[in-house]
Amino acid sequence: MKVRFRVNGAARGFDIEPGDTLLEVLRGAGYVGVKKGCGTGDCGACTVLLDGKAVNSCLVLAAKAEGRDVTTIEGLAPSGTLHPVQEAFLDVGAVQCGYCTPGMVLSSVALLAENPAPSEAEIREALSGNLCRCTGYAKQVEAVQRAADLMRGASK
Amino acid sequence: MTARDSFTVVGQSARKTDGRGLVTGRPLFVADVDLREALVVKILGSPHAHARIVDIDTRAAERIPGVICVLTHKNTPAVRHTTAGQGYPEPSPYDTRMFDTKVRFVGDRVAAVAAESEAAADAALRALLVEYEVLPSVLSMDDARREGAPVLHDEDDATGIYEAARNVVADVDIDVGQVEEGFRRSGLVVETTCETQYAQHTPLETHVVLAQLDAEDRLVLRTSTQVPFHVRRIVAQTLGLPVHRLRVVKPRIGGGFGAKQEVLLEDLAGWVALQTRRPAFVCLSRSEEFTSSRTRHPMRVRVKLGLDAAGVLKAVEMEALSNTGAYGAHGLTVLANTGSKTLPLYNKAPNARFSGQAVYTNLPVGGAYRGYGATQGYFALETAMDEAAERLALDPIELRRRNHLRAGEGSPIFRKLGEGREGVEQIVKSCALEACMELGAQRIGWHKRRGKRERHGTWVHGLGMSIMMQGSGIPEIDMGAATIKMNEDGSFNLLVGATDLGTGSDTILGQVAAEVLGVPPDRVVVTSSDTDVTPFDVGAYASSTTYVSGMAVQRAAEEVRSQILVAAGSLLAVPPSMLALRGGHVVAQDGRSVELARIGTRAFYEAQQNQIGATASFVPTESPPPFLANFAEVAVDTETGAVRVIRYVAAVDCGVPINPKLAEGQVEGAVVNGIGYALTEEMQFSTQGRVRNPSLFQYKIPGALDVPPVEVILVDSYEPSGPMGAKSVGEIGINGPLPTLANAIYDAIGIRFRESPFTPERVLRALRARDV
Repeated sequence: MKVRFRVNGAARGFDIEPGDTLLEVLRGAGYVGVKKGCGTGDCGACTVLLDGKAVNSCLVLAAKAEGRDVTTIEGLAPSGTLHPVQEAFLDVGAVQCGYCTPGMVLSSVALLAENPAPSEAEIREALSGNLCRCTGYAKQVEAVQRAADLMRGASK
Repeated sequence: MTARDSFTVVGQSARKTDGRGLVTGRPLFVADVDLREALVVKILGSPHAHARIVDIDTRAAERIPGVICVLTHKNTPAVRHTTAGQGYPEPSPYDTRMFDTKVRFVGDRVAAVAAESEAAADAALRALLVEYEVLPSVLSMDDARREGAPVLHDEDDATGIYEAARNVVADVDIDVGQVEEGFRRSGLVVETTCETQYAQHTPLETHVVLAQLDAEDRLVLRTSTQVPFHVRRIVAQTLGLPVHRLRVVKPRIGGGFGAKQEVLLEDLAGWVALQTRRPAFVCLSRSEEFTSSRTRHPMRVRVKLGLDAAGVLKAVEMEALSNTGAYGAHGLTVLANTGSKTLPLYNKAPNARFSGQAVYTNLPVGGAYRGYGATQGYFALETAMDEAAERLALDPIELRRRNHLRAGEGSPIFRKLGEGREGVEQIVKSCALEACMELGAQRIGWHKRRGKRERHGTWVHGLGMSIMMQGSGIPEIDMGAATIKMNEDGSFNLLVGATDLGTGSDTILGQVAAEVLGVPPDRVVVTSSDTDVTPFDVGAYASSTTYVSGMAVQRAAEEVRSQILVAAGSLLAVPPSMLALRGGHVVAQDGRSVELARIGTRAFYEAQQNQIGATASFVPTESPPPFLANFAEVAVDTETGAVRVIRYVAAVDCGVPINPKLAEGQVEGAVVNGIGYALTEEMQFSTQGRVRNPSLFQYKIPGALDVPPVEVILVDSYEPSGPMGAKSVGEIGINGPLPTLANAIYDAIGIRFRESPFTPERVLRALRARDV
């Protein structure tokens, strides 16, 4: 079957099997920043934004994306200028192996779009679906706080 | 050697060299390349814990459209080898074949298929007809050595097994002084036994490899490994290829933690690529990662301490029984490390003994896992120390202060017990453990808050502490090498075999080179872990990279610096000894200077033309331990048995942190992994030996809501034998939570937990048993 949806702002058509997940379709189309960690919705490595909301792309059928907006990590810095969340992750040392990073960054972007000044508890809640085995989360939480500051500063 | 107070690059938290690519999702990992031409290789795992394969009928599977080949013991090399990615000769037994005629755990390799699609591969797996002769199995380490127990490794071509007929893979027994005499002279003897569980590393990226032939038919393995050079050697051995016909490339990898110090899939992918002349891709599912990759060796460790009335240790005895599962990978060395990485810490005891055995069972295979035996040993040792402190009515910090190793001291254990063989004598040159304990205690409010049993509703709070050491590489065994070459713009390429598995080793090795060469870190372009391109390095294990590979980088950089100074000396007509490298320039004492670009361009094109560059190697003669003092506050819910970590302070002496944020990150991540091991992570088995919880839903690793921010204190220290004063920091943090949280729970509710993990069920059961 055919589906059409926007990926990082560009309208795309895909020829898919009805059971294909959004994760499989995106990776197959070259959006390999979307990572597979479990395939069962437990780790969050495959997080993408669907109409701005963070979702596990391994649990979303690609057909459900019809007509909607998908943002992957590749869409955050289209001109090469990093998103403040990406800058903050690098500044505070929140990236180790980097496998969970695309999902973490996108969950953070979704949080900050809704809540520009989240508390530590709110950040931890928003990142609770994104497992990381390298860092212990302290630096990701710090990165989101820093990004929030950067973004509020920029919008003032 | 650059003076410590004049460092300009070392000690700075430079951004990771690979960070930009990682935050933007560039195609950096094994599976991120175009796989459309690649065959999908899938493995049939054994449904039985122990069985002989009588026959495999592959005909139906081979007829399925899209199936290209089926691999079994009948059509693959039968070379016995070890999957443990260790130096040669490996201290692990050769007890493994690509495919064997016997399976020894649920999930063991029976056969594999290569197909055009995942669907075809799955269909082929289902179509394989395997006839098994099911054998009685050994499902606990206590059963393994029992008279008449089924023998796992009854094959006649395995080598390096201590006593195959009794399922004993390894045996260690060393002592110093007169241990029994020491206990007789001890006023207080404390004995405790702790038992740890099966656990899995759960790197976010599972094991994955892409094999293909290059234009000259050489086999190229793009693989998620910690040990590219060992992969090259062991795959060459297993498949019967000369080493020069193989190239192993490690791109970015999604974590390892020891699981990827194992040659787990490369033989399979390589064989398919060679047979079919097609790229071959193997990626473990999360479920397979749990059942069929590697685990932490479960252990039972008994510790006996003998102390005098002043709280000084007279004798220490440790005995360990380790479960290596169905194959002996790392069986001996993890066991030996349980003693060798723990007992030297308390060198005031003149009498010490370590003994133990590692046994085979029909359960998943043990392997290298961050901490490498020390994790299990410290649980028992630091629990026993806490008990001893209580019996002596001493503050636990004070008891440790009276007994721990200090700078300028050694331990006879260093020489007696090494990497599964005799060790190497050493005098420890740096130890800031005193300061670690003091700063950690201050930060958590130890003296004010311990023993108070603060109550908040049904929750009771308690504080616990522990101390530990690890090592920095394997002395007189590990080798790391580095090559540096200069470019015409005054930049450098640094080539290292060292393997960055997310730790940031590329970054810190670049910083070491930049420091010596007097340039900003972005002038050093780092390339690592490609066996065709980079010099040898044993790889990322045993907390070796910063220390061993770092020294190789420092030496190579110093040699390059000498060459630059000679070239600049002839330009400036000044003796090289009167010149220094600073800010991208060679600077003379009279103030004249030459840009590095000028020297690089001259060397390429103008005068005394040569490639400025050097390769250097380093083999350590010692293994300077990093030290760690852990302090935790826990809250125990007396109604549900739940344990929450409220605060965790880790004060660490890792020498000079070359990149403080990355060093902190190592400790934070290791501690949180250790908290998971202490509180929730446990592989559970059915009565038939099948893993019951092979998913991240059922096997609970910590998420952002489950842990507090680990408070890391990098304590001032300088290791004279290390690169820029550094020693290791990768593993040590994971050893802390088991004893620290157990001791904190004891402080809260007065119950000692000697069996991990400390789940609500266990805690509640113990609370109820006590309150009856």
